[in-house]
Amino acid sequence: MNVIDTLEREQLKPTVPDMRSGDTVKVFSKVVEGGKERTQMFEGVVTARKSGGLGECIVVRRVAHGVGVEKTFLLHSPRVEKIEISKRGIVRRSRLYYLSDLVGKAARIKERKTAR
Amino acid sequence: MKNILGRKVGMTSVFTEDGRYVPVTVIEAGPCTVVERRTKEQHGYDAVALGFGAIKKHRVTRALAGHFKKQGVEATRFIREFRDGIDGVDVGASVTVANFQPGDRVDVVGISKGHGFAGGMKRHNFKGGNQTHGSMIHRQPASNGDTNAGHTHRGSRRPGHYGVDRTTHQNLEIVRADSERNLLLVRGPIPGPKNALVVVRSSVKRAKSAEAKA
Repeated sequence: MNVIDTLEREQLKPTVPDMRSGDTVKVFSKVVEGGKERTQMFEGVVTARKSGGLGECIVVRRVAHGVGVEKTFLLHSPRVEKIEISKRGIVRRSRLYYLSDLVGKAARIKERKTAR
Repeated sequence: MKNILGRKVGMTSVFTEDGRYVPVTVIEAGPCTVVERRTKEQHGYDAVALGFGAIKKHRVTRALAGHFKKQGVEATRFIREFRDGIDGVDVGASVTVANFQPGDRVDVVGISKGHGFAGGMKRHNFKGGNQTHGSMIHRQPASNGDTNAGHTHRGSRRPGHYGVDRTTHQNLEIVRADSERNLLLVRGPIPGPKNALVVVRSSVKRAKSAEAKA
């Protein structure tokens, strides 16, 4: 097998949760703060899942203290410890960029109760 | 000795131990053999010649075959001389990636990709003209300089052959050195197409600043 493929494959995590746009997730990531490492949780709606392979990432959006915050997480990064899916959502597109224009009730996403 | 010859494999990205996601170029470097030792007495300067890459026997010219035979080493496809960091390196010795550590700074020398006869925009980053608004100067070099001078200034930039030059990228960080697979992962791009020969040597700039500090 070619060298680059091998290098990339070595770094891939064996499994990644099957979240999609519209799902609500909790992302546990390691943060270095004042020389110490701790785990930080970020919960929000997945607004996009992009790219493939080693660079695969999700964009998670939440509204914190009235300010919209979007964070991008590289799914295969060793800094991202764990991702939990807390809710499935029903959405009709793969990129939920329109969410940033909506506030409050309008920004809600319907929950999907049944398995897909 | 922090000099080595290698083959550019291509680019990818890796996660470093501190969690950064870094773009890297993979170089399959070494193992090189020391093919010749040049000495001040005999040749007028001190240097070490490194050989790299397998070559079929019938492709080695007789002249080179004789040279390799005299030194008592296997024939290699490429030979390059190095003048720095060569103390205590003898003919027949093997040079591997093991000499490099993550965090080391290196210069990478290669032959840049050929672009053929290229226009000013590609070759010299000219701006070019408007694509619209009736402009008839799209990618042309436009003015060639002062008309009062009555001649073209020497060294003025024009379209012409671009690429296939010896190019050095300085002060690149070694992200990983894999001695099992003879791989060097260098941060960022390096000159040349895939599979081309590249020369990796310890960074000139770093050495200078270290000297200034000492």
